[in-house]
Amino acid sequence: MDISTQMMWIIIGGTIVTAIPRVFPIVVLSKLNLPPLVLRWLEYIPVAIMAALLAQEVLIPNDEYGYVVGNLRLVAALPAILVAIFTKSLLGTVVVGMVTMMLLRTFL
Amino acid sequence: MNNKQMAVGEGVRVVEESDSFLQGVKDCMPTVFGYLSIGFAAGVIERTAGMSMLEIILISLFLYAGSAQFIAASMLVAGASMPAILFAIFFVNLRYLLLSASIAPYFKSFPSWKNAIIGFQLTDETFGVAANHLIHKQHAPERWIFGLNITAYVNWLIANIAGGFFGQWMQNPEAFGLDFALSAMFIGLLVLQIIGRGRYRRDLLVMANAIVLTIGLSFVFSDGLEVIFATILAASIGVVMERWI
Repeated sequence: MDISTQMMWIIIGGTIVTAIPRVFPIVVLSKLNLPPLVLRWLEYIPVAIMAALLAQEVLIPNDEYGYVVGNLRLVAALPAILVAIFTKSLLGTVVVGMVTMMLLRTFL
Repeated sequence: MNNKQMAVGEGVRVVEESDSFLQGVKDCMPTVFGYLSIGFAAGVIERTAGMSMLEIILISLFLYAGSAQFIAASMLVAGASMPAILFAIFFVNLRYLLLSASIAPYFKSFPSWKNAIIGFQLTDETFGVAANHLIHKQHAPERWIFGLNITAYVNWLIANIAGGFFGQWMQNPEAFGLDFALSAMFIGLLVLQIIGRGRYRRDLLVMANAIVLTIGLSFVFSDGLEVIFATILAASIGVVMERWI
């Protein structure tokens, strides 16, 4: 249970550079009356960033698979998408996604 | 779950129930698997990188960001310099600018110190849950958002500690499909967001643009910058296309 000087500075510095982009916009922009155009732009951010993060997770190759060939995540994504659309349950989506992945890894 | 009922505006009791701290805790539950698996993996990697339990606890409490903790740990192993590690953390977490800005208009009535706490506890997953909630409610109940955020925060800490402790005995978490929990989470959040907004043509277009742009930009950028640029571009295209679709 000790802390090295190097780690202490990584934690302090990392916290600062992470907290600034997290805290600054919500504190400052919530005080302003943003123009309608900016508000409309901000409304697209959730869909855009979730799609981008998903693409980064599922569609960009890593050391295990390529874009399509051998891409187990792409296969596991299909039942997860269907469950999300038809049940609208986040928990259901996560569980079905994980179970599909487990089965794929076990039997392939 | 009872968002539909609320949207209709039936009865004050239902609204009050859905505003509670406990409801925030419940709404956080679907993210628990994702956080547990990612946090566990982070704890394992942090431990392997030579961090002490105290350091794992501190980095989880203060940095509180999965991808950044992974990167810090793997760069430590690779012997990277401290400025290089901080620079990487900064870039990976720069996307929070967009998440934080996106929810800002809903928090006008809160004092700055509360917004600072909410911002500090912002993560991809809790943002997704909150954004889905905001489509229906148009405002964020204070107790609900703290219920959501504190659950995620505690879960993250526990997962990291567990990874640090038990990591050496759990050789292959992928075998249980744990590595897909995060992706499945993003799938669920994205689908619910699109269905909740009900603006299918525009949102599907923004989604498709974001996906294609992320893949395209991944040839040029890395460390999460491709996600940031793809998001900015896709949202901008969405606003421009509103005139035609």
